[in-house]
Amino acid sequence: MIAELGHYALMLGLGLALVQASVPMLGARRNDPVLMDVGSSTALAQFAFVATAFAALTVSYVRSDFSVLNVFENSHSDRPLIYKITGVWGNHEGSMLLWVFILALFGALVAAFGRNLPERLKARVLGVQAWIAVAFELFILLTSNPFLRIPDAPVEGRDLNPILQDPGLAIHPPLLYLGYVGLSISFSFAIAALIEGRIDAAWARWVRPWTLLAWMFLTLGIAMGSYWAYYTLGWGGWWFWDPVENASFMPWLTATALLHSALVMEKRDALKVWTILLAILAFSLSLIGTFLVRSGVLTSVHAFANDPRRGVFILAILVVFIGGALVLFALRAPVLKQGGLFAPISREGALVLNNVFLVCACGTVFVGTLYPLALEAITGEKISVGAPFFNSTFGPLFVPILIAVPFGPLLAWKRGDLLGAAQRLTAATGIAAITIAVAIAVSPGGPVLAPFGIGLALFVTAGALTEIVERTGVLKLPLSTAFARATGLPRSTWGGMLAHIGLGLAVLGIIGETQWSAEALREIKPRQFVSIRDYELTLESMATRSGPNYRELAARFAVHRNGALIGFMEPAKREFPSRETATTQTALMRRGLSQIYVSLGELKPDGSVGVRIYYKPLVLLIWLGPVAMALGGALSLSDRRLRVGVPKPARSKSALAPAEY
Amino acid sequence: MTRRQRRLTLIGSALAAVALAVALVLFSLKDSIVFFNSPTDLVEKHIAPGQRMRVGGLVEEGSLWRGENLTVRFALTDGSHEVTVSYRGQLPDLFREGQGVVAEGALDSYGTFQADTILAKHDERYMPKEVADALKKHSHWQGEMVKTNTTAPRGAVQ
Repeated sequence: MIAELGHYALMLGLGLALVQASVPMLGARRNDPVLMDVGSSTALAQFAFVATAFAALTVSYVRSDFSVLNVFENSHSDRPLIYKITGVWGNHEGSMLLWVFILALFGALVAAFGRNLPERLKARVLGVQAWIAVAFELFILLTSNPFLRIPDAPVEGRDLNPILQDPGLAIHPPLLYLGYVGLSISFSFAIAALIEGRIDAAWARWVRPWTLLAWMFLTLGIAMGSYWAYYTLGWGGWWFWDPVENASFMPWLTATALLHSALVMEKRDALKVWTILLAILAFSLSLIGTFLVRSGVLTSVHAFANDPRRGVFILAILVVFIGGALVLFALRAPVLKQGGLFAPISREGALVLNNVFLVCACGTVFVGTLYPLALEAITGEKISVGAPFFNSTFGPLFVPILIAVPFGPLLAWKRGDLLGAAQRLTAATGIAAITIAVAIAVSPGGPVLAPFGIGLALFVTAGALTEIVERTGVLKLPLSTAFARATGLPRSTWGGMLAHIGLGLAVLGIIGETQWSAEALREIKPRQFVSIRDYELTLESMATRSGPNYRELAARFAVHRNGALIGFMEPAKREFPSRETATTQTALMRRGLSQIYVSLGELKPDGSVGVRIYYKPLVLLIWLGPVAMALGGALSLSDRRLRVGVPKPARSKSALAPAEY
Repeated sequence: MTRRQRRLTLIGSALAAVALAVALVLFSLKDSIVFFNSPTDLVEKHIAPGQRMRVGGLVEEGSLWRGENLTVRFALTDGSHEVTVSYRGQLPDLFREGQGVVAEGALDSYGTFQADTILAKHDERYMPKEVADALKKHSHWQGEMVKTNTTAPRGAVQ
């Protein structure tokens, strides 16, 4: 009954989406407020129905209703409640339902909180949002229905792949989807603006918070996924340039560019056409990501060829939306006249530089991700494009961005003073130079580029702090004045600083981890030890234990440093009988910002066990950096909301009239 | 600067960045991509030792041998030919005899494939696509080996 209810709710949701996709559009064209109002009510109602469908599937999972095919294939009654719930999105059908749920959620948020939007713009935004909803709801109902029943209900389910039964993975997909589905809002705003044939600074002021919100979640989602891979896969890697990862990284790069260009548009009324294009590209890359992950084209060409309905359907959605958006862009972009002028060396110029390099870096990731697929489709030749490719293309393109980051906020709008900015960055440059010298001195014969990487990371971090020091005058003025100035700074300034510090920290972690890690790969028996850097890990004992749906072999290590016991680590190897699979439970011990990492291998007949031990310096910064970026985003957003709350000047007649004519 | 000069400067520097990106991509595509071969390809193509590549196939039943200090050897087969793979380290959780895997590394002068990376992907029902294709080519393909809607949010599990 519950499953049928969900199915029915989803169909009603589709019906409402169809209304939302057409009526408000017509209303906006005829300038009929009644028809335009339909947009908001249908967006809220559509959300209610899609949420009902999602809730119905969740209930089926919680109740372990194995008469529902999707639940049977992906759940098991022994599983802890939390993993029954996360099982909802641990599979194709359920994750598409989550996708649509989040899409409807964002539509509803615009309907609920977009009261200040000009009516016509709002109607069109909701209309475009509903076009996407229609496409994906049809996709679910026609090709990936999660509510299908099995005639004779099995007693037990087939269980979720155990590697997916993990708290990190429980929240990774929702975060990621909030991010890249959230970019649909920027896309809808861009399309709506193109249809209107008009765009002004007020538009950017509305788009920026939404992009920022999506970007925050995307940042957290990617970081979460990376940390999950790091501790589950058992070999210490945290980024693999895997197509599935790239699928989420490309929208992130474009969304980052979009955030910055929208800033220029909001403050200076320039870069309009480019901002619109970025908004289209960011969501297009989200769609391409969805295609890559959901069509089966990556997992197997045969799966794709055997059941091409899904792949072809998503491909059709891609072609219609991306193609349509770009055609509309080509037709309408010339109408959007460019605003504010600026010299190449200015805040705008720095942001353009940021945009150009981010987009180029994104382009190389795009080529590296899709080239093997294209080559195989065309010539049948199979290649793999791995980390070396991305390191040698993405890396060099990211260096100029990092160098430019501290300069940007120190340059004035319109016309900046590069020399002045450089002078103000003397302290940051000094810190970087000293660090480089120390790093070279400390590890002679070490990795050549690593000290420069560390220097660059500190330059970014110190550069971000410089802006705040400059603006509060904390070193020159009395403390009370500096404090008053600091509280007077807009939160978005603090947010931007925090995000840039986060970037610097992340780079620091990446360089530390990749260049100075130590690894030990051994086979040891109880009471033997392995030493790594200053630490000594002694295998004390091994034991077999059972959990709710698994058996595990656990080892206990005592960790000593300079002869003193500092703690114990317990890595394990789990077997899941219901799926005949094993997972590695790594043990992590934090030492400052670094970690000791132990993963267990095979137990041999002679009683020895394989262990892999790493010492990973500064590794935590890789994820704390993105967390700081997301916090910066949140801080900035709290500021924006206040300002979006008082958009009266923007709603005045002069702003509503075509701004450029 | 005039408006025109400003625009030209901007467009010029953007083009320079794009050119840099294109050059990097072309340069790297030449050097850092890795071709995939089946054990039969190794025999037929007379591949020189030391050339980096990927080899995929099924781990032959009973061929896995564990030596001292985490060294392992196993035979990788596509049904027609096989190659011995040597590796030091921990095998992925999903590594099993009779299962499809991909090894990355190079042939040594004795014809043994010295792997530094072994990939076995997510689901136990799932086979790396290169392996599936290679097996299919050499007609040892069984349809059920691939589950059509395998889902895992991440790819390679080394």
